Amino acid sequence: MNILGRTALLGLGAGLMLGLGAAAVSHDAAAQGWEPKKPVEFIIMAGIGGGADKMARLMQTIIAKNKLSSKPFTPINKPGGSGAESLVYLKEKTGDNHVIMVTLNSFYTTPLRQPDLGIDIMTFTPIGRMAEDTFLLWVHADSTIMNVNDFVKAVKAKGSDWVMAGTGKGQEDQLLTSFLNSGYGLDMKYVPYKGGGRVAKELAGKNADSTVNNPSEQLGFWEAGKTRPLAAFTAQRLEVFKDVPTFRELGKDYVYYMQRSVVGAPGMSKEAEAFYRGVFARVYATDEWQAYMAKKSLLGGFLTGAALKRYWTGERAVHETILRDIGEIK
Amino acid sequence: MEILNLLLDGFAIAFEPLNLVVIVLGCAVGLFVGAMPGLGSVNGVAIMLPMTFLVPPTSAIIFLAALYYGAMYGGAISSIMLGIPGASTAVATVFDGRPLAMKGMADKALVAAATASFVGGTISVVLFTLFAPPLAEVALRFGSPEIFALMIMAFATFIGLGGDDIAKTIFSICIGLVMSAVGLDIISGQPRLIFLDLPGFFHGINFLVLAIGIYGIGEILWTLETTKGEVTMSKATVSFRRVIVALKDLRHNVKTMVMGSFLGYFVGILPAAGATPGSLMAYGMAKMIAKEPETYGKGNIDGVVAPEAANNAASTGAMLPMLTLGIPGSPTTAILLGGMVIWGLEPGPLLFVEHKDFVWGLIASLYAANVFALLINLAFIPLFLWVLKMPFTILAPIIFVLCVVGGYAPTQSLHDVWLMLIFGVVGYLMRKLDYPMAPAVLAIVLGPLAEPAMRQSLIISNGSFAIFFTRTIDGVPVSGMIMGIAIALFLLPVVKTLRRKSRPAS
Repeated sequence: MNILGRTALLGLGAGLMLGLGAAAVSHDAAAQGWEPKKPVEFIIMAGIGGGADKMARLMQTIIAKNKLSSKPFTPINKPGGSGAESLVYLKEKTGDNHVIMVTLNSFYTTPLRQPDLGIDIMTFTPIGRMAEDTFLLWVHADSTIMNVNDFVKAVKAKGSDWVMAGTGKGQEDQLLTSFLNSGYGLDMKYVPYKGGGRVAKELAGKNADSTVNNPSEQLGFWEAGKTRPLAAFTAQRLEVFKDVPTFRELGKDYVYYMQRSVVGAPGMSKEAEAFYRGVFARVYATDEWQAYMAKKSLLGGFLTGAALKRYWTGERAVHETILRDIGEIK
Repeated sequence: MEILNLLLDGFAIAFEPLNLVVIVLGCAVGLFVGAMPGLGSVNGVAIMLPMTFLVPPTSAIIFLAALYYGAMYGGAISSIMLGIPGASTAVATVFDGRPLAMKGMADKALVAAATASFVGGTISVVLFTLFAPPLAEVALRFGSPEIFALMIMAFATFIGLGGDDIAKTIFSICIGLVMSAVGLDIISGQPRLIFLDLPGFFHGINFLVLAIGIYGIGEILWTLETTKGEVTMSKATVSFRRVIVALKDLRHNVKTMVMGSFLGYFVGILPAAGATPGSLMAYGMAKMIAKEPETYGKGNIDGVVAPEAANNAASTGAMLPMLTLGIPGSPTTAILLGGMVIWGLEPGPLLFVEHKDFVWGLIASLYAANVFALLINLAFIPLFLWVLKMPFTILAPIIFVLCVVGGYAPTQSLHDVWLMLIFGVVGYLMRKLDYPMAPAVLAIVLGPLAEPAMRQSLIISNGSFAIFFTRTIDGVPVSGMIMGIAIALFLLPVVKTLRRKSRPAS
């Protein structure tokens, strides 16, 4: 009966599509053409409580609240090896229509740094880029450093005793630190911590001299007057930090974002791909998601399909260059 | 006085009908989740999170906090009844809870665990109420050198844990440390010790897999061998009178409860530590100051009381950095933090100023959750004891199934189930050869905290170990002081041994 009902619905959907014309096609196909038959595994490339994890759980909540899927999305954290574990898992699930994953920039860097894994990210199914996270340079509010000039002077005076706290080695924070070290002729010491929240705390607790946190990680301390942003690694000034210049304004072309994208297992069926695209396009359009993006200074429009793959190609090339420059790969 | 007013306002919020209902529901769900091996408060909170948008944010966090609390109570149940840690936070409860159950004193152990949880929870909520902002500042200033010093202190309390054979204890700690090093190393950015190139090792070895393997599977094998399947558990009966007697007897354990509560709370407020290290440290400390340390591990009520008081206290403590700094003190609070963001509440220093209703409603509901969790727990004790009346031939397969589920649940990978079975056999062999296993469990919990803390400190100090003694926070050598205590604790067993040896000679 269930199958009969679904077939009838499919027929109805097809009829409607023909009648309503091309504009409505993609949306209706997504809503009615294919639906998950069991709970969807929503793999997270990072650990519980991190930025990617919070975002995945927000998406899960939005999907459930707005009834965007008849079956639940179940978040599963597979943070091992900077995302290597989840990339390998997704590859093993080739052809599976019920496994999707939320990614970070380790989506590019981990396969580059560990070619043995045999991961080609272009084989993954592009579902949707939900946002691009931004980065700023932060110091403690008690310091006398008010701008990047002061910062460069202070770091030079302290030499290699200047402590820049960041996330794990080879991850986003270290790439940005290497920009600063080479661009301004600095020799900051990089100390890796587990997770951006911990990094933010080390600065607020004066155990580090500077960080390159995402706004979402420093927001609480910044609002309480404990930390100070000096400049943003963005193309334009951020809405929340209107008085903070970009590095581009200061003459250094440091523009760097962290993608927050959803990808599917390789070889997913066209119908399933269309379903997930529909779901995440609607998640992107919800008030909850838009409010979250504004609050956390997230940028970037919704990208999917070939456009998303083009974006990956560009970003992967950028990361390959950076990793080579800092000697992480040959 | 202002605090008292705020707290009374908070109680008004906590006692709204909807909130009372969610507290009771949360405690009950938590108790169940905590009692199921492999499912802990982390899973419970994560699973329930999307359901909480049905109620207002304050009720939602109260529900999740009650669940978190209930799980701390529940974790003790399977630790005592089945010898499998119900949740990561209840590992230390197995050490003495299981032997007590074998001796037919399961009711006593359960009452002690529930009561200690209540005392730990209450003391910590009072501390939270009175000293939240200054303690938040302490937690903020604690850096890697201080955390490393604290971890060394924790190891020091465990040197004496394995009995008199210090060499075997150190060997056991080393095994645990090697296990804890598996997986990605954040400092070098490289994967380490990926045995046979299995991708399952990328996420490291989950210590719950080790604990369930050793205590669950290993225990079954051991019991089968020693009893040849003839085992009958000592019958535990329960009556209202016995519960009252058990409660009265607990007056001898008040000191340990209070010690465990304070220790657990302070470890809990440190970001990244959480309730598991807190409860293990409390156990080690209780044994250290005990008059008859040799009775630990053989069924000492204090050995149940200390970790249970500590894990509840630590769970409250872990909320402090979450609320005031936006830094989760444990994996569960990390998810709570995500929930708060979803509800539009920004954790951080301003939360106490801008959302007084929310903060004080939560604190007041913690007092209430404590009372309800205790009552629900005591009410269910007869049901738990009924489980023990089952013959071992039925109980053993049930324990085995629970172990497999428990090994699978946290990461949902079969790799971990195989690993758990291997650890079970290894645990059995270690036991046969009389190696203590608790130190290995401690090492795999504390290793991932201690190692990066040490290396971060050494990067900052250019490789000089002096940083652990010379570093000061506002002029106070915090890490040096903790190191001093740790060294004294290390020397204690040596001094004791020397004394014992010199006495017959003189």
